[in-house]
Amino acid sequence: MTATTLPPPGEAPDDLTSTDAGATVDTGFRWATLGAGVAILVVLGLIAWASITKSWPAFRDQGLGFFTKDRWAPSQGSFGALSMIYGTMVVSIIALIVAVPVSIGIALFTSEVAPRRLRGLITLVVDLLAAVPSVVYGLWGVVFVAPSVSGFYDSISGAVGDWPILGFFFGGGGGSGRSFLTAGLILALMVTPIITSVTREVFATVPQGEKDAALALGATRWEMIRGAVLPHSFGGMVGATMLGLGRAMGETIAVALTIGSSFQIRSELFRSGAAMPSTIALEWGEAAGTHRSALIGLGVALFAATLAVNSAARAVVTRAERKMRGA
Amino acid sequence: MTTVPIGADDLAAATEVTLEANLTPRRRVTNVVATVAMVGSFAVAAIPLALIIGYVFVKGGQVVDLAFLTESIPNSYRRVGPGMGPAVVGTALITAAASALSIPLGVLGAIYLNEYGKQNRLARTIRFMTDVMTGVPSVVMGVFIYVVWVLRFKEQTGFAGALALACLMLPIVVRTTEEMLRLVPDELRLASLALGARQWRTTLTVVLPAALPGITSGAMLAVARAAGETAPIMLVTGLTYHANWNLFEGNNTTLASQIFRNAGQPYEAAQLRAYGAAFTLILLVFGCTLLARLISRRFSIK
Repeated sequence: MTATTLPPPGEAPDDLTSTDAGATVDTGFRWATLGAGVAILVVLGLIAWASITKSWPAFRDQGLGFFTKDRWAPSQGSFGALSMIYGTMVVSIIALIVAVPVSIGIALFTSEVAPRRLRGLITLVVDLLAAVPSVVYGLWGVVFVAPSVSGFYDSISGAVGDWPILGFFFGGGGGSGRSFLTAGLILALMVTPIITSVTREVFATVPQGEKDAALALGATRWEMIRGAVLPHSFGGMVGATMLGLGRAMGETIAVALTIGSSFQIRSELFRSGAAMPSTIALEWGEAAGTHRSALIGLGVALFAATLAVNSAARAVVTRAERKMRGA
Repeated sequence: MTTVPIGADDLAAATEVTLEANLTPRRRVTNVVATVAMVGSFAVAAIPLALIIGYVFVKGGQVVDLAFLTESIPNSYRRVGPGMGPAVVGTALITAAASALSIPLGVLGAIYLNEYGKQNRLARTIRFMTDVMTGVPSVVMGVFIYVVWVLRFKEQTGFAGALALACLMLPIVVRTTEEMLRLVPDELRLASLALGARQWRTTLTVVLPAALPGITSGAMLAVARAAGETAPIMLVTGLTYHANWNLFEGNNTTLASQIFRNAGQPYEAAQLRAYGAAFTLILLVFGCTLLARLISRRFSIK
């Protein structure tokens, strides 16, 4: 214990002669901290209340069609968010397909394979990946990645565009490079840190005894991971994936710059699309009246969706961790 | 040499040496492939990071100088030359205001959670809600502040941006602070109380100083995250070409929102300014992140 944590000795006697003033300060401090805690609850409540009341006009105007129509034409008063819901889903799924195996790989590399000295470097890389602002990912994506992949997309599309299943996803030419796939890949980089850090924490809860037992039985390192680490951590990995999904769905700026913004539902991944959060950011400046209500409505829908995904994810992770401690 | 308890690494190394000869080719190959895949996945994350940093430093480094950091923003995308001064001013003011709002509130809230509320129902609800709030997309937070603040006062201001960033920082500050307070040994609290100090004095002069390094590092991470936020700033602070030192009146702008504005433009001059702004922002954000790591390494409670 360090000496710095002791109170200055000169002040102690004040408190020994317990006065009403001291008790008042004590109660006041208690209430101040309580107030701060309650303020957090109030802020979240305000978000829900204010956004719902302000987006009500758009929902009332469009009814359920807001979520089922794919025509988004603000100038003609037609607001159907389906193409954006589709876009958000597609880029999130691409991001997860890429990011989940990579993140699990990094987490396993850190916890099971890498020598002690290398671990610091790996966490540094993951921390920095998390620290890069999303707008910088977007800038890099639109100025560097999109132009350099568009030729590559063209050749893939030319090669497999007429094939039965691959053509469904990769046909129709390469386009400008701003597309579902580019946005999804950039997004994959951005969700990797959160999935990695959660899975790494889950892997750390696997009992050392079980890992040692597997190795003592002659298992190779990979067999040990497959037999002892992965089955134990399954719940935690599912939770981490869902946290990544929550992050991917809400990502705005990087997607806005790289998805291209056209309101269409296309299976071809080289085509441009639109996502819910990026549309809010792109159209906010010129929106007024019902259009703005519709954008707020998108925000509410997004809020509800991320809320559901994140709470479910938290529940899964907590349950997995509790099960591990009990085991 | 200090003795280290035998861990999985050593056991794996030992088994590899002794059993290598007995492994069937299939098992050996699977093991090697798996190891290569793990190293490979690290490379998949590290290479783009290096590319991004390299690209931003090379492109942005060549335009950033004193004039770039202080002069006004040209109001034509095509005009070549410096100017991100207003964004530098805006980023500094808005982030500082957001920190001033969220850090004291967050630390107080965490004190309630760890020192008073502990496991009661209110504390558990607050904890759950902060977790939920961490997941609220930043653009939604921008929409929220627009609705409750900008619509009421009829003007997009820097302060509205600070409010949005504060809401984004708050959950991070609360959770990291609570983690740190939990690490402070109970003996310290008991000793202080036994000396006759009231709980507020114990908390402020004994518990908080012990947890201060961790709290500082958590706060710096929150600042780094807030400084790079774009979407809420675009929604609630508007745009200015000249430095605005007043948070409460008139539009403002930040580095992040200027990067977004310029990145989508086809003009070389605008893109270069975006890279310059990105360079400045990355230096700021990485600086905060590394400092936070350093503080928590050096002073963390063992």
